[in-house]
Amino acid sequence: MEDAIAAANASHDLTGAPVRVVSARIGLGRRLSNLWGRRELLRNLITSDIRIQYKGSALGIVWSMLSPAFTLGIFFLVFSVFLKNGIPNFVIYLFAGLVVWNMFFSGVMSATSVIVDRAGLVKKVSFPREILPLSNVGSAVVYFLIQLGVLILFTAALRHSPDWKFLLVLPLAFANLYFFTAAVAIVMSALTVYLRDLKHLTAVALQLWFYLTPVVYSYENSLAPALHKHGLTALYFMNPITLIVLTFQRTFYVSTTVISTVSHQPLTLLPTWGLAAFAERNLICLGFMIGLFLLALSIFGRLEGNFESEL
Amino acid sequence: MTTVIGVEGVNKTFKIHHERNQSLKERLLHPRTGRTEIFQALQDISFTVDAGETVGILGHNGSGKSTLLKCICGVLQPTSGEIRLRGNLAALLELGAGFQVELSGRDNIYLYGTMLGFSKKRIDEIFDEIVAFSEIGHFIDTQVKFYSSGMYVRLAFAVAVNVNPDILVVDEVLAVGDERFQAKCIDRIRRFQQEGRAILLVTHSGDQVRALCDRAVVLDSGRMIANGDVADSLKIFREALMRDNVAHEDVGNTGEVSIDAVTTASGAFDVKTGAAMRFDAHITSATAYSGNLVMEIFSQGGVLVSRTDRMGSPVNLRPGANVVSIEIPNLPLLDGVFDINLGVVDERGSNVIAWSEKIASMQVSYGGREGGLVELGTLIRQL
Repeated sequence: MEDAIAAANASHDLTGAPVRVVSARIGLGRRLSNLWGRRELLRNLITSDIRIQYKGSALGIVWSMLSPAFTLGIFFLVFSVFLKNGIPNFVIYLFAGLVVWNMFFSGVMSATSVIVDRAGLVKKVSFPREILPLSNVGSAVVYFLIQLGVLILFTAALRHSPDWKFLLVLPLAFANLYFFTAAVAIVMSALTVYLRDLKHLTAVALQLWFYLTPVVYSYENSLAPALHKHGLTALYFMNPITLIVLTFQRTFYVSTTVISTVSHQPLTLLPTWGLAAFAERNLICLGFMIGLFLLALSIFGRLEGNFESEL
Repeated sequence: MTTVIGVEGVNKTFKIHHERNQSLKERLLHPRTGRTEIFQALQDISFTVDAGETVGILGHNGSGKSTLLKCICGVLQPTSGEIRLRGNLAALLELGAGFQVELSGRDNIYLYGTMLGFSKKRIDEIFDEIVAFSEIGHFIDTQVKFYSSGMYVRLAFAVAVNVNPDILVVDEVLAVGDERFQAKCIDRIRRFQQEGRAILLVTHSGDQVRALCDRAVVLDSGRMIANGDVADSLKIFREALMRDNVAHEDVGNTGEVSIDAVTTASGAFDVKTGAAMRFDAHITSATAYSGNLVMEIFSQGGVLVSRTDRMGSPVNLRPGANVVSIEIPNLPLLDGVFDINLGVVDERGSNVIAWSEKIASMQVSYGGREGGLVELGTLIRQL
């Protein structure tokens, strides 16, 4: 018995164990390494999130495709059939943009109230809190990948092959999408703790944001000349989602100029930049997005100190 | 010895909003209304816990012990100061806070385990042990929302203790489950102690501290008023409690009662098992006071052997010196040293008016062959 205890004591030498510090401020580097250390928790939260979402529903994960499919169908009906925008294969153009928008929308929407909704957990268990909004973004990534898969099958079924060389820029655009969504989600989740109205405000703001992004219309064919005349093009491109959507559309829809099915005149739908220009813009954007992500983490760090008393 | 928890100059203040303006409209229209009060929950707390130590944190409600615990667990950030932790920490605070009721017990074990900071591999290894300990059995694949509250807590407790943390923080959760499960929990805590892990036990029960801890820290209104030996800390804790009773209760003549000494006729505190034990308590009171006298006897291991009925021994104290005689007709205790605590409580038995911790120790000698704490005189006959 004594020996067993001695052995247990010997095996329980903590001299080399890492030291964790709880203090008023956590530096950005430590914040990132904490996050990395808890990636298994992130994965578990994402899978449980998805499972809970569809638990007990008859169609299960199919819902994650059905509702975007309905949105796609409605937009197609409104813009292509009723309003006759004359864009051939409009459904592919629409789908490529919607895939991007859906990820941003669902990531930000679900993350906005996550800290408030899971107050019980936040007040009782210690873990890097930013994992909660990041898990919502993670679920959004899973749905995004499913929808992307459907998009690829869809284009294959229509025998509409993507622009293969643009597949090189796609990961870059996706990274932009991820970091931007995560940054917005992290900041919004923390701010909502202090201002509960943000939950509703976000829903409204995202609706406006959707129409500021060329998903259901073509930027080149509608706003571009007017914005260019007033020198506001840069302002429009301040919205990072625009560049990401354009990259996805360019990859999957391919044609930059098409013949209108209504007026039979040529229509310029997408910017005529080459691959290099797309890559360059996405790279510059990535720099900003990573910066934004880090900024979001440090803002979150500032705000999380008072969570306990505000929740 | 390695220090596993180092608390250094920790302060924690809370802002208390007297009017909560959490909607945007309210904030925009009345940016300055609503008083904000600063409340200091912890004030300059410093202490350390070494590997293998069991430390109790004592304090009455509102003393800041839960805040301190939350800071140590990392749920709250201290306003200033820092806490250094070496090794993994599992907290038995509000068991099951991380559970998702829609998921099965199995999924929750993984979710809660990773939330406590353990890897999936580690949880795989001890999964069966967790299920066995929780006694959930085949319900493990049932959604947690169908669990009884007992099953819920047992599962959470099983995860927290079976992941084998280096530091275990226990917050008054030993009251969960039925008696058998409680005994199992205490057992597990003792095994942790033997394995040289550090345990932080937060409670307001002096008995628990005496039974389990090596050392105790006492908090009072956010300040640390004691850090040391269990008996000394308990003494300070009881005194603090008494001071508060005086402050809250306005019983006029309290605080002026003191238990000065205990004497025996022979002057010695030696007694034989089965013999009568008689001693006198000398109590000074400033005014006339009617209350009850309470006596506790503890073994050296910290086990409460006996406590008299809190309402059963009325004493009418006169102003000045009083002598109260205490007699145990035939002492059933076996050999050993036993500590005596004496106290005066009010007539309802709820408020302690005066308390004297470890006022005397008696030495019991025993000639027979029974073992344990008490002599029962058991007769065993074959029929």
